[in-house]
Amino acid sequence: MFMIFGIPGPLLFGQLLLGLINGAFYALLSLGLAVIFGLLNIVNFAHGALFMMGAFCAWMLLEYLGIGYWWSLLLAPIIIGAFGIVLEKVLISRLYKLDHLYGLLLTFGLAMVIEGLFRNQYGSSGLPYRIPPSLQGATDLGFMFMPNYRGWVVVAAAIVCFVTWAVIERTRLGAMLRAATENAPLVQSFGVNVPRMVTLTYGAGVGLAAFAGVLAAPIYSVNPNMGSNFIIVVFAVVVIGGMGSILGSILTGFGLGIVEGLTKVFYPQASSTVIFVVMAIVLLLRPNGLFGRV
Amino acid sequence: MTTSLRIPRRSLLAGAAATPLVVSGARAQAKPIKIGVLTDMSGPYRDFGGLTSEAAAKLAAGEFAGKGFTVEVIAADHQNKADLGAQIARQWFDRDGVDVIVDTPNSGVALAVSAVAKEKNKIFLACGPATTDLTGAQCTANTLHWSYDTYMLARSTGGATVRVGGDSWYFLTADYAFGQQLQKDTTNFVTRNGGKVLGASPYPFPGTTDFSSFLVTAASSGAKVLGLANAGTDTTNSIKQAVEFGLTRKMQIAALLMVINDVHAIGQDAAQGLRLTESFYWDLNDSTRAWTKRIVALTPKNYPNMCHAGVYSSVLHYLKAVSVLGAAAAQASGADTVAKMKATPTEDDCFGKGSIRADGRTLFPAYLFEVKKPSESKGEWDLYKLQATTPADEAWRPLSDNACALVKA
Repeated sequence: MFMIFGIPGPLLFGQLLLGLINGAFYALLSLGLAVIFGLLNIVNFAHGALFMMGAFCAWMLLEYLGIGYWWSLLLAPIIIGAFGIVLEKVLISRLYKLDHLYGLLLTFGLAMVIEGLFRNQYGSSGLPYRIPPSLQGATDLGFMFMPNYRGWVVVAAAIVCFVTWAVIERTRLGAMLRAATENAPLVQSFGVNVPRMVTLTYGAGVGLAAFAGVLAAPIYSVNPNMGSNFIIVVFAVVVIGGMGSILGSILTGFGLGIVEGLTKVFYPQASSTVIFVVMAIVLLLRPNGLFGRV
Repeated sequence: MTTSLRIPRRSLLAGAAATPLVVSGARAQAKPIKIGVLTDMSGPYRDFGGLTSEAAAKLAAGEFAGKGFTVEVIAADHQNKADLGAQIARQWFDRDGVDVIVDTPNSGVALAVSAVAKEKNKIFLACGPATTDLTGAQCTANTLHWSYDTYMLARSTGGATVRVGGDSWYFLTADYAFGQQLQKDTTNFVTRNGGKVLGASPYPFPGTTDFSSFLVTAASSGAKVLGLANAGTDTTNSIKQAVEFGLTRKMQIAALLMVINDVHAIGQDAAQGLRLTESFYWDLNDSTRAWTKRIVALTPKNYPNMCHAGVYSSVLHYLKAVSVLGAAAAQASGADTVAKMKATPTEDDCFGKGSIRADGRTLFPAYLFEVKKPSESKGEWDLYKLQATTPADEAWRPLSDNACALVKA
């Protein structure tokens, strides 16, 4: 067996792959955050709670209506996205004219309320959600035992990330969205309904979080704290990638997953801190983030 | 002379007028016995302790209604932060008139609270924490350790695993007081029985939800047993992920601290066949079943585990001591009340008959359970098969091994 830095090669490859899987979740979540921040200027601290709601939505669809994983993957983002639209219309839209801090406080408070309600109802041990039959089992890759479901997560996340990026950067709709963030009154004067577009964008960002939640449900137990475990890391990812940069958040998400995976091999105690160390270094050297516009 | 005479006369008059008032005041509103349930209300140990612990304390308090003193139960969330736990304990003792703190899962928080209870001469009934330090190097005359500890778990689950051939271990360890102690105690049993430990992954607690990297490292270590020195949702996540990554094909899992709520959360598909140790199971006998009915009526979604049973049992035992000593005497000195509790054998529906040792350790039998297959279960919470019972006099760390100053004295 060959060794790299005193670690068996197969083990290292295994960890890189696992890092990529975690990175897929970071990328999906930070993508939603970046979209919302880029277009709405709202630091959406409720993102973790909405991710958790996505997972719970999948669980409820199965438990109460007998709707399985694949339909949930489609339905949960729509349902939770609709919930996001209501949130935006009723609460968040009132804060656009104020400082970022107000949006942050509101969404942080919302996250606590939502998580508290779920905790009250379902406890914190978590609820089991089974891997769909077609993705059960695992493949022996030689260097590691790869659960098929995790492989699917990477593929699904990569596709969704690419599609989102393409829509925003390469389509007419995306161009209008980007134009609206630069100069909303001007775009409105061309007959585009900017407030509606902003509302739908928030709904889409929330839908992305819910999609990640459904993907996560079979891996982690569906529990009210699952979002708060992720959210701080995901914010660090967004900051490192550059606030509002779509491509930056995708690449940084996958990249930091790998950095974290490697830390788990060499010094597990630091695995929860390493991302913040990277964040501090990046902020010192490039305050706008790796991909941020200066 | 005249002035010196006048003063005593005045104060005498004032005293005479005030004395009867003070006495009647004390009679009219005797200070209630106040029990503070300090627990995890929002984190990984919420179902391990949490609301069900609060309900258990209330259940015990309810049995002393109309016994000449009033009992109040309050609760708070320590959020698994030792500094916050100690701060709440101080506030409860100093300002809110709390006499006893009970439960407190998380060994780090519990050690901090135990020190505060000693400083203020109040009482700490530790049911949730696992570390044997509470009755060892850091023991105090104000703390009693109920339900279980790391030694008892290591001996029962660890010992049983080595006996069936699991002689090489890799640990997945929550990196704080509890996980480290549990790993240390289990390592002792493994090496004493001729086994060896090949490595460990101490992971940051709390906040780790993905254990896949550690599991892959464990699988490549070549060990036969994966020892989980963790608890709560960490344990459920690591078991689910171990099954997912095919670890169970070549390794045995020894979940060193796992309770019924964890098994329920994992689901029997993944948990079947696991061995675990508790000092209480709801379906053990008629008394435990009857008691469980009472507490499930209060928290229907969460069945009681040994921690909840310990909260009930310890509060009950404390209130028995209060009714013997009288409320005022019991409140005057925590250490004296604890001494009285140690001198009295325990008896309740959850643990049957038991006793408390000089170091503050309660002695009950330890039960080794195996998780039933889905086909063997008759109900949602019908999850355990009893495999072995370690009698109360063998289950716990012998006093001869104990660094506790109270033992030497």
